[in-house]
Amino acid sequence: MMAQVEIIQPGLYSSIQDLGRYGYRGFGVPTSGAMDRQAAKLANLLLKNEPEAALLEITLQGPKMAFFGAAKIAITGARLSPELDGVELENNQVVNVLPGQVLGFGKRKSGYRAYLAIKGGFQTGKVLGSRSWYAGVTPNSRLEKGMKLPFLETEPESVSRFSSVKVDEHIASVVVEALPGPEFELLQPSEKEALQKWRFSAAKESNRMGIQFQEKLENKLEAILTGPVLPGTVQLTPSGTLIALMRDGQTTGGYPRILQLTETGINTLVQKLPGEKFGIKLLEYSQFKK
Amino acid sequence: MSDFPKIKRMGEGAVLVEFEPEISPEILEKVVKLKKFLQEKLIKQKVEVISAYNSLIINYLLCIEDVYNEVCALLEEFSGANIDEIIESELFHVPVCYDDVFGLDLGEISKAKNLSEKEIIRLHSSVDYLVYFTGFLPGFLYLGGLPKKLHFSRRSHPRKKVRKGAVGIGEKQTGIYPQTSPGGWNIIGNSPVKLFDPGADKPCKISAGDRLRFYQVDLEEHQRILELVKRGEFSIKSEKL
Repeated sequence: MMAQVEIIQPGLYSSIQDLGRYGYRGFGVPTSGAMDRQAAKLANLLLKNEPEAALLEITLQGPKMAFFGAAKIAITGARLSPELDGVELENNQVVNVLPGQVLGFGKRKSGYRAYLAIKGGFQTGKVLGSRSWYAGVTPNSRLEKGMKLPFLETEPESVSRFSSVKVDEHIASVVVEALPGPEFELLQPSEKEALQKWRFSAAKESNRMGIQFQEKLENKLEAILTGPVLPGTVQLTPSGTLIALMRDGQTTGGYPRILQLTETGINTLVQKLPGEKFGIKLLEYSQFKK
Repeated sequence: MSDFPKIKRMGEGAVLVEFEPEISPEILEKVVKLKKFLQEKLIKQKVEVISAYNSLIINYLLCIEDVYNEVCALLEEFSGANIDEIIESELFHVPVCYDDVFGLDLGEISKAKNLSEKEIIRLHSSVDYLVYFTGFLPGFLYLGGLPKKLHFSRRSHPRKKVRKGAVGIGEKQTGIYPQTSPGGWNIIGNSPVKLFDPGADKPCKISAGDRLRFYQVDLEEHQRILELVKRGEFSIKSEKL
């Protein structure tokens, strides 16, 4: 039976995401999907969901919501003090929710983005093969008060706890992995060194489209002829600002693409609060050859 | 021997292929042919091929195998295949209303360029633009071929909100904003057509290699087309080239 979750308070910024919208970047459509794919995959795995089941991505301050129907949920990623009817929950475990219960969030303990998965996945509408919210493609772009998120009701059953050892090490990590981007070789040796030695932090202007770094690099590179970019592409603007394109990032760009973050690099970066320091670990392509 | 195409790895699962860095119909033809070739070769794999003016990204979604060697082998095959088939393309006729209600910057361009508004409109709707690629926003077409007389620098202060359908000029380029967004181009009109339809299998009908020609409509016709578009009863007129 279809049941629903009703949003009492929307929190800071939450949206429905899955693993993204594939095959439409050529039409200018961003991939979208969970910013931290590793945490999102873990949440679905705990519930034995399909990897692409839709879940709720929660940023910093979680929403408050009432369940109208029995559900099984799992919360992963950032630790944002989730509580069910006032009883604190742990991340990385399966929790039975009874009809009428209220889920809320409290103080942040670690990380920046949490994932709330539900058994069977949220049943919000699919557009172009994905349930990920993105303004201009889907009717909704963020969680709002009074919204109702449909899900399939499940019978309560005994729950299992998942050892959280090693599953979310990337959240606390201060090392963001990257590979050289197409224009990396054009950088001066001193700039290449700075990229690897400096400590960077995300600027307040960061969002699902891109994470801007506060620290500026000297830039002598000219603009390139507009070319394709990907989530994880780090662009260097004329003013020296570094912008790491994220899951909702544009599909093409004209700034030099100096780095390409690895998947782990992206998952780590999106868990950093604005101002929180991290370093860049430059890998070599030979490490990825089979 | 030409240094092009250049092949560069781009992260764990993607490869970038670059032709000579120039905006030209000849380079675009190479890009579009290679794109079509790759898409056909890779149809059974979860791979996206995304193109721009002179380059393509081949993005493997599932594997972290040695994608670089696979792409190199495919490029070898492509250069040996000597493809001379003509890629089918279409000419699309896109209505634009240049009325003052929409043409916010017509006056400024007219003054700066010493061209009457009528002449700007005539020039803008007198040529067939070549579609290079779609990027920036869903359904945003990069068009080449803007008459030189209409080249005009971007606004020094971008607008926070440019309305959906706005037709603008920025440097050597012209284009249509497919959705409301911030923008720095000079706005000269508005097109009522839908360039991006998330409900369709192929969300954009117009793609790289196609051509586009603007034709002028008055405010009343703009409104009429807008209504038809809302009801899903309008399709952009086109002809095979």
